[in-house]
Amino acid sequence: MTDKLVEVRNLVKYFPIKGGIFLRTLGFVHAVDSISFHIKRGEAFGLVGESGCGKTTVGRCILRLIEPTSGEIYFDGLNVVQLNDAEMRKLRYKMQMVFQNPYASLNPSARVHAIVGEPLLINRIAKGEDLDKKVLELLFKVGLSEDHLNRFPHEFSGGQRQRIGIARALALNPEFIVLDEPTSMLDVSVQAQMLNLLKDLQKELQLTYLFISHNLSVIEHMSNRIAVMYIGKIVEIAEAREIFLEQLHPYTQALFSTVPILDPDMKRDRIILGGEVPNPANPPSGCRFHPRCSLRIPKCKEIEPKLADIGNEHLVACHLL
Amino acid sequence: MRKIIRRIKWLEKARLGAFVKILENRMAILGIIILLAFAFSAVFADFISPYDPLHIDLEKMLEKPSTKHILGTDELGRDILSRIIYGTRISLMIGVISVIIGLLFGVPLGAVAGYCGGKIDNIFMGITDVLLSFPSLLLAIAIVAVLGTSLVNAMIAIGISQIPVFARLVRGSVLSLKGREFVEAAKGVGATNFRIIFSHILPNCLAPIIVQSTLLIASGIIAGAGLGFLGLGAQPPTPEWGAMLSRGRIYIRVAPHICFFPGLTIMLAVLGFNLLGDVLRDVLDPRLRMLKARI
Amino acid sequence: MTEPLLSIRNLKVHFYTYAGIVKALDGVDLDVYREETSGLVGETGCGKSVTSLSILRLVPNPGKIVEGKILFQGENLLEKSEEEMREIRGRKIAMIFQDPMTYLNPVLTIGDQVAEAITLHQDLSEEVIRMRIDELQKKHEQIYSSPNAEKIRAKIEKLYLTKKASPKLSWWDVKKASMKRALQVLNLVRMPYPERILNLYPHELSGGMRQRALIAMSISCNPSLLIADEATTFLDVTIQAQILHLLNELRQETKTSMLIVTHDLGIVAEMCDRVLTMYAGVIIECAKTRSLFKNPAHPYTRGLLGAIPKLHQKVEKLEMIPGTVPDLIHPPAGCKFHPRCLLAKDICKVERPGMIEVESNHFVACHLYGA
Repeated sequence: MTDKLVEVRNLVKYFPIKGGIFLRTLGFVHAVDSISFHIKRGEAFGLVGESGCGKTTVGRCILRLIEPTSGEIYFDGLNVVQLNDAEMRKLRYKMQMVFQNPYASLNPSARVHAIVGEPLLINRIAKGEDLDKKVLELLFKVGLSEDHLNRFPHEFSGGQRQRIGIARALALNPEFIVLDEPTSMLDVSVQAQMLNLLKDLQKELQLTYLFISHNLSVIEHMSNRIAVMYIGKIVEIAEAREIFLEQLHPYTQALFSTVPILDPDMKRDRIILGGEVPNPANPPSGCRFHPRCSLRIPKCKEIEPKLADIGNEHLVACHLL
Repeated sequence: MRKIIRRIKWLEKARLGAFVKILENRMAILGIIILLAFAFSAVFADFISPYDPLHIDLEKMLEKPSTKHILGTDELGRDILSRIIYGTRISLMIGVISVIIGLLFGVPLGAVAGYCGGKIDNIFMGITDVLLSFPSLLLAIAIVAVLGTSLVNAMIAIGISQIPVFARLVRGSVLSLKGREFVEAAKGVGATNFRIIFSHILPNCLAPIIVQSTLLIASGIIAGAGLGFLGLGAQPPTPEWGAMLSRGRIYIRVAPHICFFPGLTIMLAVLGFNLLGDVLRDVLDPRLRMLKARI
Repeated sequence: MTEPLLSIRNLKVHFYTYAGIVKALDGVDLDVYREETSGLVGETGCGKSVTSLSILRLVPNPGKIVEGKILFQGENLLEKSEEEMREIRGRKIAMIFQDPMTYLNPVLTIGDQVAEAITLHQDLSEEVIRMRIDELQKKHEQIYSSPNAEKIRAKIEKLYLTKKASPKLSWWDVKKASMKRALQVLNLVRMPYPERILNLYPHELSGGMRQRALIAMSISCNPSLLIADEATTFLDVTIQAQILHLLNELRQETKTSMLIVTHDLGIVAEMCDRVLTMYAGVIIECAKTRSLFKNPAHPYTRGLLGAIPKLHQKVEKLEMIPGTVPDLIHPPAGCKFHPRCLLAKDICKVERPGMIEVESNHFVACHLYGA
C-alpha cells in the first residue's frame, strides 16, 4: 500500500502516420512525449490542456486501453505496462474510466440493465437475481431509478447517459477512476449536477480521480492538484490553490487569463497568445511553447526545459525559473 | 383499422416505431401485399392450386387462358397457374436460403476482417474481392458446374455469390463502429474481442444487414430463375419460374402465355422485395434521429 | 431610446416531426440596437440557434415560422420574397457559424470562397476601372516618349469619363478585382500570410484560421448586423481568446451591431453590452450586462450563474437547478420554468408571465416581480 496510487514515469506515446500506397510510416504524432507525475491515494488530480496536448492519451495509457510506446506506469506499486492479459484483467477491477461523449459511450442497442450489469457478468461477479440487485444499487447511487432499467440509451438526455456511464464505471468497485472530459458535452446546469455527484461519490467511496478537461474552472473546482499539459509535455504541476494564486509558466498564465470572470466590475488583462497551436506531428524545437511565448530567450529554442521543483511541490518546466 | 393503428402506436413506444412509418408509405404497403400474396401461395399451395402441377394432359396442350385454366396450359398440358403457385415455394426457398448462406458466412467474415484489421483484413478482403470480381451469375454457374445441377446446388451457388456482398457491408459498419467509445468502454471492463464483436458491434449493424437481405432475396430469386432458365437449377419436371420461361421460348409465337406469366411473376416477386427493401432502408436508419429531433 | 436595428416580436417557430409538433420558439421578443453587441444566452434546446436562423429565414425543414414579425431597419423580413432575402443575406445581415470545418466548402480555396461573397453582393465595376487605369498608367510610364503614348492617354481619359457608367466586365477582371478585395478583408481579420491563404484549402488551415476565414466572408460586405452563432465553441481556449479579441476590434472599427448567440456566459460577460436569457423557446430576462450579472432577477438566470464553477469564488458544492429541460412537444402551461422553480407560486402554473421592468432597462418574465 503506497501513498502514490498511480505513478507515471517517462511515459511516451507516438502514433504512426501512415501514408502512400503501401501505407508506409511517414512520421509520428508525438502525442505524449516523456511525462512523469504521480497521483496520491484519495486525491483528485486534474490534467488540463488544449486539443493536441495529449491528455486524453495519458488517461487511456494508464488504463492500457492504448499501449504506451515506452515508459513505466505503476499502479499501487505494480508495473502496469508489463502485465499480460490475464493479470491485466484482474487489475481492471481497480481502475475504470468515464468517457466524454455521452452519445457514443453507451451501446445503442443494449438496455441500461445490460450496460451497467455487463462488467459484473463478464467478470462473473454476480448473476441472476444477485446481478439485478447490484445493478439497481448502482443506479440508485448515481441518481437514477428503477424504471430506467429497461430503457435504451437514446431515450435519455445527455446528463442521464453520463450517469449511466458512471454507474458502469462503479460496477467493479474500482479504486481509481479516469474521468475523460465527462462534462464537456453537457449543459452548464447539468454539469453542475454531475460535478456535485462526482464529488459526493468520491467522498462516499473513497475514490481517486484523474480528471481530464480543457475547462480550467471545472478542473480547479474538482481537483486537489493540477498538471498543465502542452503538446505532449507537462509544463507545470502544483496544488490547485497555489496554481490559482500564482502561475509560473507563461502558458499557464495565458490559460488562466482566458477564464472568463463573470463579474463585469472586475477587469483583468487577457493574455492573447499569438500564433497557432503547433502540430503534434512536428513539435517546435527546444521548449515547445517558445514560438508563442513573449518572454522567450535564445536558450528556449535550443534546449528543452526539464520539470523542476521550485519548492512546495510546485514543478515548472521553464528556463526562466 | 383503428384498432390496428392503436396497436401500432403502442408498438411505437418500443423500438418498433419503425413499423408505423412503413405503413405510412404507400409503396411499402404495395410491396407487403405482394409479398404476403406470395407467402400465402407458397404455404397453402396444396389448397389453392386448382390442378396438380405435374399432371400431364396431352389433349390440352398449349391452351390459351380460359375459365378452366385461368392462365392456360403449357406444352405438356399442365396448368400454368398451378405450376406458378408451386413454383413460388421453390423460388422463395432459393431466395431465402441463398441469403441465409450469405449471412452465415459473410457476416462473421466481414466482422472479423473489419475488427481485426491488418493482415487478416487484407486476406479476407482479398478473398472477397476475388469473389466479387466475377459476375454473380457466372460465379453461380461455375459452382453449379462443379457441384452438379440440382435445386440444392443452385441455392448453394447463389449463396456463395452473395457472401462477399454481406462481408463488405458488415466490414464497413464494423470499421465505423470500432472506434466508438462504447467499444473502448467494453474493453475497459474486460470484455473479450469475441464478445465485443458479437454483443456490441454487430447488433448495431443490423439496419444495413436487414435492408441488404431483402434486396438480395430479390436478386437471389432472379439468379435462381436465371439458372433455371439455363437448365442448371431445378430439374424438370419441378415447376420453377425460370425453367418455365426457358421451356416456353420455343412456343413464343404460338402460345406466348407460357413465357409471359412466369416472367410476370418473377417481376412481381422481385418488385415486392425491392419495395420492401427500399422502405426499410429509409425507415431503419434515420429513425432514431427523426423521433428525437433536437433543436 | 433610439429605434432598434433589429426587432423581433412574438416569433413562433414550430417543427413538425413524427413524434409531434415541437414548439421551438413560443413568442420571442428581441431587440438589437445599432452599434451595440447583444448576447443571446441559453442552454441546449432553448431555441437560440433557431432564433438566429429565423432572422435569416434559414430555418431547416421540418421547421416553419408560424407567427411573428422580424423588423430589420423598419421592414418585416418575414414578408420578403426569397430573392429579396438573398440580397439581405451576406450583404446586410451576415452570420458566422459554429463549426468552420463544415461551413467551408472543402473543394474550394479560401480565396474563391471569400471572393464569392464579394462578387455576389458588390458592384465591382469601380474596382475594375481602377485596376485598368493602374495598368494603363504603368504602361504609359514605360513608353512615355513613343507615339503610342497618345493612344494610351486617350484610353485613360475615356476610362475616367466612363466611371459613372459600368463598362463591360470580363470574367477575368471580376476575378482579379474580387481577389484584391478578398485580400483586403483577410488583412482586416488579421489573418497571417493572407496572400498564401488565398490559395489554400480549408483542410490545410487550423481551426482558428478557418474561423477567421468565415468571419472574413461575413464582414466582407460590411453588414449592418453580424450574428455569431456559437462561433467559438469548437475552438481551443487560447484560440477562442484570439477570435473574441478580433471580434471586439472589428466591432470598434466597423461599428457593426452584433448578436452573439452562445451558451457560455463568460463570453457574454466579456463581449456584450446587453444580454438576453432564453429558456424553452421564450426570452425570460433582458438587461444590460452589468445589471444581469450583478442582479440576476429570474430564478433560472440565478441558477445558471450559480451552477458555473468560478475561479475566483471557490465553493464546495455548485448550485443545481433541479429537474431537466422540458419537452417542447408538450411544454408546461403558464411559465415554462415553473416545474423546476423553487419559488413557483400557483399563478406560475397557469399564466405565462409578461416582461416586467425590475430596474432601469432590466426586464424579467417572472411572476415574482410586479403586480
